[in-house]
Amino acid sequence: MARLELKALAKSFKGNAVLSDISLSTAQGEIVVIFGPSGTGKTVLLRLIAGVDDLDRGAILVDGRDVTDVAPDRRDIGMAFQNFALFPHMSAFDNIASPLTARRMNGQAMRDGVMGVARMLKIDHVLDHAPRELSNGQKQRTALARALAGSPKILLLDDPLRNVDAKLRYEMRLELPPLLKQSGATVLYVTQDYKEAMALADRIAVLIDGRFVQVASSEEIYLNPASVRVARLFGDPTINLIEVVPRESAVGVAVSIGNKVLELGAGHRAAVGRPALLGVRPEAMRIGAPNGGIAARVIAVTPLNERAVTLLKTQDGQEILASQPAQDRTAEPDSDVGIHFDEKDILLFDQSNGARIGAGAGA
Amino acid sequence: MEHVSTTERVVRGILIGLVLIFFLFPIFWIFLMSFQTNETILRIPPSLFFEPTISNYKALITGRLETTAGDLDIAFMRNLGNSVLLSTGAVLLSLLLGVPAAYAFARFRFRLGENIAFTLLSFRFAPPLLVLLPLSLYFKQLGLTDTYVGLIWVYQLICLPLILWIVRGYFEDISPDIEHAYRISGNSWLRTFFRIAIPLARPGIAAAALLAFIFAWNNFIFALILASASKQPVTVGALAFVTASGIQYGQIAAAIVLSVTPTLLLALYAQRYLVEGLSLGAVKG
Repeated sequence: MARLELKALAKSFKGNAVLSDISLSTAQGEIVVIFGPSGTGKTVLLRLIAGVDDLDRGAILVDGRDVTDVAPDRRDIGMAFQNFALFPHMSAFDNIASPLTARRMNGQAMRDGVMGVARMLKIDHVLDHAPRELSNGQKQRTALARALAGSPKILLLDDPLRNVDAKLRYEMRLELPPLLKQSGATVLYVTQDYKEAMALADRIAVLIDGRFVQVASSEEIYLNPASVRVARLFGDPTINLIEVVPRESAVGVAVSIGNKVLELGAGHRAAVGRPALLGVRPEAMRIGAPNGGIAARVIAVTPLNERAVTLLKTQDGQEILASQPAQDRTAEPDSDVGIHFDEKDILLFDQSNGARIGAGAGA
Repeated sequence: MEHVSTTERVVRGILIGLVLIFFLFPIFWIFLMSFQTNETILRIPPSLFFEPTISNYKALITGRLETTAGDLDIAFMRNLGNSVLLSTGAVLLSLLLGVPAAYAFARFRFRLGENIAFTLLSFRFAPPLLVLLPLSLYFKQLGLTDTYVGLIWVYQLICLPLILWIVRGYFEDISPDIEHAYRISGNSWLRTFFRIAIPLARPGIAAAALLAFIFAWNNFIFALILASASKQPVTVGALAFVTASGIQYGQIAAAIVLSVTPTLLLALYAQRYLVEGLSLGAVKG
């Protein structure tokens, strides 16, 4: 068990800043998911922590000890690579045993260590196979077992489920959290899949353009995203964003969408007069009778995973997605309906920089 | 399996047969020659049928060459020993220097790195004769003329670039992540080099070493200029068969058979290391 601290890490390749000002402090045994779009520096960050690449500025501390200049073999870290990086000339057993043999462990203790993790990951029957004889799922588990075998203080997992099929990914998403908790290691887990991030994380650190834009619990990030980009990354279908210019009204702040004037409450006063994006998650949309709500026409209805996603168009041409449990579905294509949502479900973002404005901002 | 029609198979067999005959017939003919006397070799028309004799091999091994103009001493076995010693020594030294260098060029970017690598390759561009004249002067000064050390050193001009450039490519093909994973497992840099990089590049190292050995073995000009009779390899030693009483075709053929044998054995032995695809399946492509 260990605490990992990253202090203002920065890394650039050939003058291009890849990571800048990365700071993070984890609790012991915490699972932090590094989440972000591709090419944003997630893997680079793990490689810096592992010591495979050198950082330009900043410091990495494990349990208060500065390991910034410590060689990768002395950092007490386990890492599973996205491409597995198994040793092709060794059996699965020897692959998994490598962190143990590196510590001069041998004989029964080593065998027990390997068998322990192998059983946990259900690969104990293929231990004598060479990596090329393993299926992708088995390779992935072998790589994971190798990372776990040395009981490292810090476990770095670089998108380990990326290269496995959907069924296995689903299984592993369920199996991994207890497994990781059991290992006791502090885990940094990289993924591009927001569902995976939300399923595994104690906290999610959202990495965009080489910076952490938000570090918070899954729920917090979903309900209270710090910016438009964060809001867009989480959720399927993605959040509805409607261009509005909030103005002062008798009771607070109001915006017009289509035929309707919506009162946002006084909390959003900071947004008055600035072009803004009004965000509402498709799940928060309700489709009802035409009168009362925002008048819209149903364009199409798509069933999606027990839910029905409805595409609607307001009178001024704004397209809106609504996602409802399939059995609640009422709207038929080409019918006129009204869209309703609650004020609490509204997220306001600045149109120019995407930052959150008004109530809840900066939370 | 793909479907192949009978005619296609027959045509393919005939074509492969023709190619094999084209390449293997000279070797086969030399093999036959090595068991004949000069008279049977030179008779017209040539015949596949003759009374085999081992006199050529006997002459080579005992070092007594009996010609019509009298007996002649030949140092063929010594030449063969020199060839083995020089080629083996040169390849071992090249491996010792070239494999770590190849790794460095493959893994690290350093100042002038590419220039140094290219300079080493350019050793192969220069005509040996151009290099030899100044080299023989240097060697006289340094006292390296007619020494094994000097010859092995000169042979580096042949072996080192070959090994460096072939092995470098193999190292570059190994995913660095495999080495990183081994280091993170708790192994030092040196251990990673010996346990991961070298075994994974073994097919390349074997191929390069074999090729370097063949080039070194077949070299003629370096030893001709820089070594005297006692240090000369078979390539130079074969000149002794051109005698006052004529060219000893039978002995030449036997000498060729004997001098091809070590290389052939080495190639057969190295073949199992040449099998590629060891690293397939280790990393997801």
